[in-house]
Amino acid sequence: MNYRAHDLKREDFAPLEKSQLDEVVARPSLSYWQDAWRRFKQNTRAIISMYILIALAVFTLGGPLLWTVDASKQNLNQTSQPPGLAKHALVVSAFERWTLPTDPSRPEYGDLPPEELANPEGLRAAEAPNTQSVRITWRPVAEAGGYNIYRHTRPPTSMQDLGLPLGSIETGNVHGYEDRLNLKQEDYFYSVVATDGFDEAETYATLQLRPQLAITREHALEQGLSEDPRAGDTVTLAFYPLGTDYLGRDMLARLMEGARVSLFIGVIAPLAFVIFGVAYGGFSGYVGGTIDNILMRLADFVVALPFLLFMILFKIAFGIGPGESGVIPMLVALVLLSWPATARLVRGQVLQIREQGYIDAARLMGASNHYLIARHILPNTMGVVLVTFTFAVPMAIFAEAFLSFIGMGVAPPTPSWGSMCNEGVKTMLSHPHELILPAALISITVLAFNLFGDGLTEALDARMRGRE
Amino acid sequence: MFRYIAKRLLAGVITIWFIATATFFAMHAVPGDPLMNDKAVSDEVRKNLEARYGLDKPLGEQYIIFISNMLRGDFGISFTQQNRRVNDIIREHFPVSAILGIFAIIIAALGGILWGALTALYRNRLPDILIMLLVILGISVPGFVFAATGQLALVHVNAIFGVKVLPVAGWGTFSHMLMPALVLGLGTMALLTRLMRTSMIDVMGEDYIRTAHAKGLSKQRIFLRHQLRNAILPVVTVLGPQISAITTGGFVVEYVFAIPGLGRYFVQAVQQLDYTVIMGTTVFYGAFLVLMVILVDILYGFIDPRVRVSA
Repeated sequence: MNYRAHDLKREDFAPLEKSQLDEVVARPSLSYWQDAWRRFKQNTRAIISMYILIALAVFTLGGPLLWTVDASKQNLNQTSQPPGLAKHALVVSAFERWTLPTDPSRPEYGDLPPEELANPEGLRAAEAPNTQSVRITWRPVAEAGGYNIYRHTRPPTSMQDLGLPLGSIETGNVHGYEDRLNLKQEDYFYSVVATDGFDEAETYATLQLRPQLAITREHALEQGLSEDPRAGDTVTLAFYPLGTDYLGRDMLARLMEGARVSLFIGVIAPLAFVIFGVAYGGFSGYVGGTIDNILMRLADFVVALPFLLFMILFKIAFGIGPGESGVIPMLVALVLLSWPATARLVRGQVLQIREQGYIDAARLMGASNHYLIARHILPNTMGVVLVTFTFAVPMAIFAEAFLSFIGMGVAPPTPSWGSMCNEGVKTMLSHPHELILPAALISITVLAFNLFGDGLTEALDARMRGRE
Repeated sequence: MFRYIAKRLLAGVITIWFIATATFFAMHAVPGDPLMNDKAVSDEVRKNLEARYGLDKPLGEQYIIFISNMLRGDFGISFTQQNRRVNDIIREHFPVSAILGIFAIIIAALGGILWGALTALYRNRLPDILIMLLVILGISVPGFVFAATGQLALVHVNAIFGVKVLPVAGWGTFSHMLMPALVLGLGTMALLTRLMRTSMIDVMGEDYIRTAHAKGLSKQRIFLRHQLRNAILPVVTVLGPQISAITTGGFVVEYVFAIPGLGRYFVQAVQQLDYTVIMGTTVFYGAFLVLMVILVDILYGFIDPRVRVSA
């Protein structure tokens, strides 16, 4: 078509019908956060870690409501118990003197030299062995002047392997022994060697037995396990699903209480220093110039401080009085040392955003500084800040665990996962669960936060938008 | 380049002064002092002791004495160990920590670069997935758990073989060093592996790699000369801060493996409020770390010519 200017009439300039202007929006429009959430949901690892974090929150906050065992209550009858079901124990009376079996027909001292003494025969348990007392007896050895009794947790291999005796009988006609020394519910090997009163024979007899778990009447009453316990009854002991620590405190309750301390520090400290960092960095970046320079130099110095060294120093400097847990000093120290990273990051972001076209546009439209900062600049840094926060949490949890592990952290008896590890590492060879449980919880938490942070980074990264 | 180094060194000196000052005032803010330890002393004895250690002077004067002594490289005498000079403590125990740390860094750097390059080459295939799984584990498990499990593993290995394959604790020979250095380096190794993988993948997509392929260079040559060399750069940058992490991580490893390093001394000194030892070791460590970061930055300049030009 070929219009010339004078061909155009006034009617040609009639406005279009509005309906013709409508463009069709095929999909609902999404805000930045909706879009991020949509992408986050597609990341399986991030979603799993999110569920783990929710489970941890429930464990920490809801757990103590369901599991009301006192975390500081000690049960010295059940120290260092491995995780498992509730145990049953035999009720026995506190202490009854056992008259050792004696054969009056035999002399107290024999005449044979020690190397000619026979092996004690018929070694057996005199009564059903339990963890309160093990009573063993044997047939007396002719001409013996006494006996040495040994106890091992594995079969002894030779006379030399016997080591130090558990006890000795000083006359040859007494042929029994009672062991009440720190008995556990495990296999014991009792060995008996005849002596001439001083020197040992060259052979030994060994008996393997496993004491039954027992509790005294007094303890059973004290712990309220039974109304009227009688010797011979069986009672169910206090139930420790995750076992107990070296003082017989319930691991599950301690882990829950420890979670409150560890996660409190792990979440509140990053929250505090991220907020401070945002304010500091935002101000510095927005103001710019000399003030910005000075503020950033200060941040540089704080960054240069060796982190854990100063954590220790500051924690001590703030001091804790008797009876305090030391959580607050640790929190303050963490905040004091960790804010510069966020501040630098936010400052960089603000410097970038400040130059964006939409800021100029808003300013042209008469937006005030407050409005610009609150409505445009800060919300646009939020993505980065959120990511910083999720990665700061593992760092804070690690710092708390490290300090508590070297004994500089939360003061006992307040448990934290780090201090539980510290206690657990001392008994890790014999009772590994005391170390493994808190260590596993730390690792799982940190892992979940890391994966969550990875997912968040990917979801919030503008470069990833519309790329799938 | 010289101007760059001079500038960095000057900033380093100011940082060290800042560290010394912060340490001094933090230490003096601590409630209590090393003299009120075990026994109740009479006022007169206390006065004499304060005079001996200079604690009776005003804080400002103490600070000036501290700084001027420090400039002469003298950190004073220990409060709790009779007549033992802090310099001697550092001279005696720091080499132990340093050897352990250097060995750990070497293990971490070599391992990180190797695993990282490997995962990038086998991207999204089995070796990559397996190694990255281990890496995530390595980042999420605290150092002391590595130390404890490493020691536990040694105990069991020794028990299984019936001979001492590696000593479980202690210090002295190369075999004593192997396990502590490994567990100390593991966390950093995991971090470096992750970094190396990302950087390697970035480099593999660069134009100059395609050019190299087009020129007909062998795969090995491209891998060694073009990919690896360029991908290592970000790894070198974080090496400086990671030295700091390894040094402090050494505290725990020294504690678990009973190694007579400076870290153990520091922890002990803090518990006993041994002012001079704390200030001495903190300033020493701080200076050491600052120096390491500067050294790594300068090293970076040699590896990456672009830094030299822009500086």
